[in-house]
Parts: sequence; C-alpha cells; structure tokens
Amino acid sequence: MNEKIIYLDNAASTPIRPEAIDAMTTVLSDCYGNPSGAHKMAREARRLIDDARDTLSHGLGCDPKEVIFTAGGTEADNLAIFGTQGSRDGTILASATDHHAVIAPVEQLGGQFIQVDENGLLDLDHLTHLLDENVALVSVGLVNGETGIIQNLETMAEIVRSKAPKALIHTDAVQAFPWLDVASLTQSADLISIAGHKFGSPKGVGALVVRNGIEISPMQLGGGQELGIRSGTQNTAAIVAMAAAADVTVKNRKVTVERVAKMRDELADSLQKIPQSYETGVQVHNGTADRSHKIAGSCHFCFEGIESEALLFMLEQKNILASAASSCSSGAQDPSHVLAAMGYSRNLAGGSLRLSLGHSTTWEDVDIAMKVVPKFIESLRKTGS
Amino acid sequence: MKAKQKILVAMSGGVDSSVAAGLLQNEGFEVTGVTLKLWGGPSDTGCCSVSDVTDARRVADSLGIEHHVFNFGDEFEDNVVAPYVRSHAKGLTPNPCIECNRHLKFDKLIRRAHALGFDLIATGHHARIVEHNNGLRIARGADISKDQSYVLHMLSQSQLRQLKLPLGEMTKTEVRKIAASLNLRVADKPDSQDVCFISNVKGSRKKFLEQRIELTPAKVLDKNDRTVGEVESIEMVTIGQRKGLGLSGQGAPKYAVEIDAEKATVTVGEKSDLYCSTTEIKDLSWTDATYPTPVEVQTSAHGRTASAIVTSTVEWVKPHMKVAPGQSLVFYDGDVVVGSAIAE
Repeated sequence: MNEKIIYLDNAASTPIRPEAIDAMTTVLSDCYGNPSGAHKMAREARRLIDDARDTLSHGLGCDPKEVIFTAGGTEADNLAIFGTQGSRDGTILASATDHHAVIAPVEQLGGQFIQVDENGLLDLDHLTHLLDENVALVSVGLVNGETGIIQNLETMAEIVRSKAPKALIHTDAVQAFPWLDVASLTQSADLISIAGHKFGSPKGVGALVVRNGIEISPMQLGGGQELGIRSGTQNTAAIVAMAAAADVTVKNRKVTVERVAKMRDELADSLQKIPQSYETGVQVHNGTADRSHKIAGSCHFCFEGIESEALLFMLEQKNILASAASSCSSGAQDPSHVLAAMGYSRNLAGGSLRLSLGHSTTWEDVDIAMKVVPKFIESLRKTGS
Repeated sequence: MKAKQKILVAMSGGVDSSVAAGLLQNEGFEVTGVTLKLWGGPSDTGCCSVSDVTDARRVADSLGIEHHVFNFGDEFEDNVVAPYVRSHAKGLTPNPCIECNRHLKFDKLIRRAHALGFDLIATGHHARIVEHNNGLRIARGADISKDQSYVLHMLSQSQLRQLKLPLGEMTKTEVRKIAASLNLRVADKPDSQDVCFISNVKGSRKKFLEQRIELTPAKVLDKNDRTVGEVESIEMVTIGQRKGLGLSGQGAPKYAVEIDAEKATVTVGEKSDLYCSTTEIKDLSWTDATYPTPVEVQTSAHGRTASAIVTSTVEWVKPHMKVAPGQSLVFYDGDVVVGSAIAE
C-alpha cells in the first residue's frame, strides 16, 4: 500500500502517532521485563506503566488508581457490564445505539435498551420510564461511533441519580476521546471505557476507569494485576504507546478540533447539496447546518437510491478509504442498528456513508472526497445498483 | 495493448470457485474475488459463514487478487428464504438454490458488477455455456456426477453473455488437482451440501420452519381415505417420502403419494402408486421455437432424465416417479438446456 491513500476512516481506527511508535519501540527493544517481577528491568517496566497511568488519568480527569488497563475498548465495555453484574443485583439499561461491545453483553444479561430520537439523542422520557430502584447499571456511550452524535451525560446522570440512586453509570467514551474534553464531560460516570487505537496508539490496548469506592468483579482471574480487576501480564509497550498518544491528543485537541471541524463543515456542506441526501443528527436552519451535537471528525450521510457497499468499492478504487455502518467479522457491511434506532428505513440506512476525519486528515483529502463522492453517487443512481 | 478484461468471481470459499478464480487469472483476466454474505448465525453451513469467507479471502490472498465481501442478506431473505418458507407452508417442495441463482448470483451480483465497472462475472459451477441455434445456452458440465446445469437453467441470453464458467470442461478430480498445483489451501475441502441456511444436523429443517411458521399436524390416510397415522407437520412431508410417516411395522413400506395442505392430509400408497403418466406444470418456457419431441426431462438437481412429450403438461413416455409440486423440470436436448417448467 505505497500509493497515496486518502484515509477517511478514523472512527474505525487512526494512524499511529510517531510519539506512540517512539515510546513503544523503546520498550520493545530495551524493557522487556515482566512488570510484575522484582528485578530492575521488571521494576522499570512497572514504572513505565505507572507513568502511563498518571498521563492517562490527566486526560480522563480521574485518579491514577482508577485507571485499569485492558486489551482494548471491547474488553473495557465487557468488564464494566459483566463486572457490575457480578458485584450487584439489578437490571441493566443501555442506549439502543451503543456499540456492540455494550449491546451484546447487555442483551445476554437480559437488559433493556433506551430509545433515541430521530437525531440520535437519548429519549429522556423513555429513560425515566425504564428507571426504578432495581436498576444496577445504565450504560450510555458519550459519542456514537457511526454518526458521531454526542450525548449529554450530565442530564442523563441527573435523571438516573434521582430515579435509581443505586445504579452505576458507565459510558463508552471510545469515540469521544480524540475530540471532546472527556475529563470534564464524564465527571458523572462511575465507569469509563477508552480504546487507544481511536487516538493514535496501536490496537489491542484500552482502559476502564473504575471510580474509587466502586466495586466490580473481575472477568479473568490470575496474577491479580491491575488491582485484581484485570489479571494478566500487562502489555507494557502498548500501554506506554497509548499514554504517549493520549498526551499528544489532549495537548493538541483544541487546535485539532478547530482545524478538522472546518474541513468537515466544508465537506458536509458540499454533500448536503446532493439531492436526497440526509446528514444524520444535523438540522439545517436557514441554510446553515447545526452540527453542535456532532464531533468534529464526523461526516455521516445517508443517500437515497444507492447501496453503501457499491459506493465504498468505487471510493476504494480512487484510494479513498471509508466505511458505512460497523463492519462484521466477515468484512461485510451489516445493516446499521444505530440508524434503525433513529427511525431510518432499512433502504435509506443501506445507503449510508461515514467519512471520518482525524488528526492526520488534510485539505487535499477533503477536496478529493468532495469531488468524487457526488460523482459516484450520481453514477450509482443511474445504474440502479 | 488491449486492456485486461475485468472479471468479478463469486468465491464461496470452496475448491471450485477458488480454482475458477485461479484459472481466469492464468487466462489473463484482471480478477477480483467477492464472497456474498447471504445469511449468518449458527445455522449457516454454506457459502456465507465467517469461516468460508476466511477461506475465500485467504485463497484470494494466495492468488494475489483483491477480495471483497458483499452483504446481500436482505435480498436473500426476500427472494430465497421467505419464498422457501412460504412454499413449505403450502405443502410444496421448493429449490432455494435455483432461487438464489436467479435472484442473487445472476441478477443482483451481475447488476452490482456492472455498476462497479466489471466486464464479466464468473462462478465455479460445473456447467458449460455453449452456442446452440444462434444463441447461448447452458449445457451439462463435463463431470456428469457434478453437473449443475439444472440449477442454472433460468439464465437469460444477457446473463450468459456476461458470465464465464471456467470449470465446465473439467472433472472434479481435475479441479482438485489444479487446486493442489496452485497450492490452494482449500484443495481438500469437502463439497458443500444441502440448503446453506439450514444446518445439516438432524431435525434442523423442522426447527428452522418452526421459528417462522406454525407447523400443521396432519392425518395420514390410506388410498381408501382411512386414517392410518399422524404426522407432526404436513410442511415437512415430501412426495415419495417413506420415513417419518409413523407407519413403521405396518406391513409393506408405504410412501407419501399425495399431500393436501389445505385439508392437512397425507395419502400413502405402495411404491407403484408413486408412478404417474402425466405431470401438471406451470411457468413453461423454451429457449427456442422448436424443440425435440420427446424431450429429456430432469426433475431434481442430480437426478436422471426421462423422456416426455411436453405440451401444456408433461406426458411421460414411460411411467415416471411423481414430481413433488414446486420442483423444477428442466428440459434437455442432449447436453443442452432447452426449457423448463415447475411441477404443480
């Protein structure tokens, strides 16, 4: 893959930041001791992990002791949900638009799902209706992975606290971290999931914040690493890389968000001009689109009369890499549960396109996408496939 | 230099379509592989399970061709699975492979391929495309034991013009040899069987139908309309069926000779009662204005042919086993498919 790639799939995964690669390669070559060991190389590994924990805790607005490293976002979500179930009785609620890493465990445990409105925002009346003293956990993702729509956790949390005082609040902040001040926006959450590869670290590393005083049961037992909540030898290199990436992400966040939002707005404004196009979670007033409920990197549309797969195939021929809904394990595009929950018809949802921008996106990338996407949509509508 | 023709090969992850892709690549085509995700879940035994997609992808990788997955799940449900269930509910015997070929592989996929700029598509079916009476026709594959012309009988001229069947002249043994010589990891993979969206485990078809329709218990009658037994569901009974009618140990073997879904009755009889001289048909079509009389008729995917005179009904030259309503009858002139109809 040496040709110039126009990478617009940052919500799926991001290019690894050079700072993360540097930090990681140093550990890989020089610090391979087991961080649970006693000798000096082991102690050095442990120190690096604890430094990483400190760094990450700044970005998450928490105490370092509250950071539990995991092998990614899915594990963090599963640990939050199954871990709560193991430590307290009661029912579980989650947003109908959450990631499958939340939906699948909640389904397995017989939980219920909170509806969203046509703009993807949590239906607070439905939440109120579902809440009672028996609720043990409410899980609502801060930012939706497909649509980039931001939920207001504070409002949600107030309702939960008043109606279900014993309930824990979990938020999957995996998609939020590159774009939002997660530290302040998640103050009301007891459990917070993040995944490194969404902000410039390698895959296979993430974290769950477990607030001090909150008890959750471990899912895997063993040597008792990570305060006994997540046994297993820590992946020192990946943890260090994630902390380095988090550090740059947080330091540059304001500048990145401003720069990317401008590009996204121009891109999305131009796609709005395509007939029968719908920008999810965005309302247009007097010709101006209100994208205040969307993260800066998200440009998500549904186009009538086309199929995502065909559009993505054509974009790939021009080296533009993007996606539609979440991908299933076979690599096929599955129908989106998020758009279904927002009330989009299956047909319209089948014509979705997610162009997700990131810290490495350039104006050149956006210019090419703006030129090519409308042309391909027109051509697909003509051939009727 | 002429640009290479672009061809999209439907790769199921099995040995046949893998070899088809390899052969077309050697012939100089610009080959792209695609696996259709048609179904999912635990009952997925066929061409769309994740493990088969992995096989297809790894074969494509080893050939050095691009591989994609298209999710045609909605169309599969609408055009194959739902009609399959509806047919069973009416006491008919559907052939979902034919419907999948008709609607998915040779309609939806061809349209998609066209929209994406491909010149042709290809599959690993054992059948040939031949010139016959100034047109293209489907003809039997060289390996008669693997011949799939029956399930491809519905292909139109325009579909045949856009299709290549690279395995048509080969035996399965040759295909496996080529797979081995191309070092394809699926060279020894067993052939797929049965209905891909229903597991091969015993009792799965019933389980599957139960989830979608209410199964109707039925009386089993003898030829004199006397009740001799009961079956749990009439939807599960097929003409010619002997087992599972709850009649074991009651004298000479009995076969289901008639099914009446409305009255919920199955009539049983002797083996000789299964033979008939006429089969009622619908949806009769011919490829040409003239056709041989009598013509050779095949009534199941791998069955033998029998001679019949086809008018608005099929008059068998010699008494023929009853054809389950819903099954396709395919007419052959020698090896060439010249027409088809559906048994009523």
